[in-house]
Amino acid sequence: MSQVPATLRYTKDHEWVRQESDGTVTIGITDHAQAALGDVTFIDLPKAGKSFQSGEVFGTVESVKAASDLYCPIAGEVIESNPTLNDSPDLVNREPYGGAWMIRIKPKNPAEVSQLLDAAAYSATL
Amino acid sequence: MSETLQRTPLYDLHVELGARLVPFAGWEMPVQYSGIIEEHLAVRRAAGLFDVSHMGEVRVRGRDAAAFLDRLMTNEMSTIKPGSARYTVMCQPDGGCVDDLIIYRFSENEFFICLNASNAAKDIQWLRDHVGTAKVEIIDECKLWAQLALQGPFAEKILGLVTALPLASIKRFGFLVGEVAGASGCVVSRTGYTGSAGFEIYLPAASGIPVARALLTAGKAHGLIPVGLGARDSLRLEANYPLYGHEISERISPIQAGLGWTVKFNKEQFIGREALRRQAEGGPSSSVILFSLNDRRIARQGATVYAGETPVGEVLSGTFSPTMNKPIGTALVAAGYVNSEQLTVDIRGTRLPLSISVIPFVK
Repeated sequence: MSQVPATLRYTKDHEWVRQESDGTVTIGITDHAQAALGDVTFIDLPKAGKSFQSGEVFGTVESVKAASDLYCPIAGEVIESNPTLNDSPDLVNREPYGGAWMIRIKPKNPAEVSQLLDAAAYSATL
Repeated sequence: MSETLQRTPLYDLHVELGARLVPFAGWEMPVQYSGIIEEHLAVRRAAGLFDVSHMGEVRVRGRDAAAFLDRLMTNEMSTIKPGSARYTVMCQPDGGCVDDLIIYRFSENEFFICLNASNAAKDIQWLRDHVGTAKVEIIDECKLWAQLALQGPFAEKILGLVTALPLASIKRFGFLVGEVAGASGCVVSRTGYTGSAGFEIYLPAASGIPVARALLTAGKAHGLIPVGLGARDSLRLEANYPLYGHEISERISPIQAGLGWTVKFNKEQFIGREALRRQAEGGPSSSVILFSLNDRRIARQGATVYAGETPVGEVLSGTFSPTMNKPIGTALVAAGYVNSEQLTVDIRGTRLPLSISVIPFVK
C-alpha cells in the first residue's frame, strides 16, 4: 500500500501540502500518485513570483506513460520551485514526500490549509 | 460498449507477479511489473520475458497455400524455406495495410501466421474472403496457443537451460519445433520485437504458466525479469519497428512506412500492387520519419509537426528512450519535409525542434 504520512494535508487530486514554520507551504504529489504515473521523465514547474488560485493548474508531470496536470491545492504565490527536479525528475518516484517536493508557496489565505483532507480522509479516497 | 476483456493463459501469473494490468486491444494485459525503464534496460543488458499470448495465430495449409499467400502478401511467400519465417505486410487494394505479419513455413504446403491482437479476427476474415477457388484450409488457432518472447543478450543462454533444442543452429528468422521446459510441440523462433537478440516461443496454451515459471526461475541468476507492454513499446520504437495503428495502418502503406523492402514488385500480382507501385515510383504524399528531441518532454501520438508556421505532419508514436535518455518518436510528414532540419513539434503549446534520425536508435 502507498504511504500517507500523518503530518501532511492532501487533495483528492493526490497532491500533498506541508505547513512550514515560516508560514509558507510546500506542495508535492503523493506516493499513490507517483506509483500510478510510473517512471517520471519530466516535470514542468512555475517560476517564483507566479500566483495561482486553488484548483488551478500550476505545472505538468510527465511519465513514460502520460502527461498529467498538477493542481494548486490552495491559492498563493510561488516562492520557489524545486530546482533538483529539472535534472532528476525520477526523484519523484523515490522520494515523493522528501527530496521531490515541487513548489513552496506563500498562501493567500493561510486558513485554507486546514480545509484540506487529513491523512485518514485522503487514505479513504484511495 | 463494455466489452469483456480477454485474459491470456498467463493471467494468474501476472497477478501473482504484481503486474499492473490494463486493457489493450481487447485484452487485459500487463503494462509493467517493476517499472518500464527498469524492464527496458533489463532487455538491453540481460534478458526479459514477455507474455505476448494476445497475438493471434492462424494456420494456412493445402496444395495452393504458397500461391494463395503470395496473392495476399506484399513479400514473397513461395521462396520461404521450410523451417524459416518471413516478415510481410498484407495490403488493401489501395495500398493501406490490413496488418503486418510473420509467416512461418512448416512444410511445402503448410504455413503458420502470427497476427496482431487488434487485427486477428479481421485478418482471418480477410484470408477467408479471398480464398476463391484456391485449395487451402484456414484454421483459426488463436485459442490454442500461448506466446512468450524471451529477449536480451542472455536469452539464448537462459533458454538453453530449459530445452535440449540446438538453439545455436537457429538462424535469424529460423525456427525449430520441440520440447521446452517439459512442454512438447513448442515453436521456437529467433525473432523478436525489441531490437535485442532473442526468441519467440509459441506453446500450447496450458503450458504457458509452467514454461514461463521455468524460464523465470532458470533466468533469475542471469538477470531475467518479466517485462510488460510499456517497455515492449519503448524497445520496439528504439529499434524503429512499426506498430499497427501507429506507423502502419489502413491509411499508411508499407511504402510510406519505410517498409518498401517487404514489397516485391517482381511478383506479377498481389493485392495492393498497383497502388504501391504508383507510390514507389512517384513518391508517396507523406512518409514516416523517426526522431528524437533534445528535451525531457515526450511528443505523443497526435501532436502536430510544423515547418515554420505550416502544419506538415503528426506524431504517430512517442515515448521516452531509456537507451538514448531522451524522448523519441515517429511522425507522418508530408513529402518535401522528410529531410528537413527545420521541423518542430507542438507539445502543449511549446514548439520543440525535431532531430530526424535516418537509422534506428539501436541496431
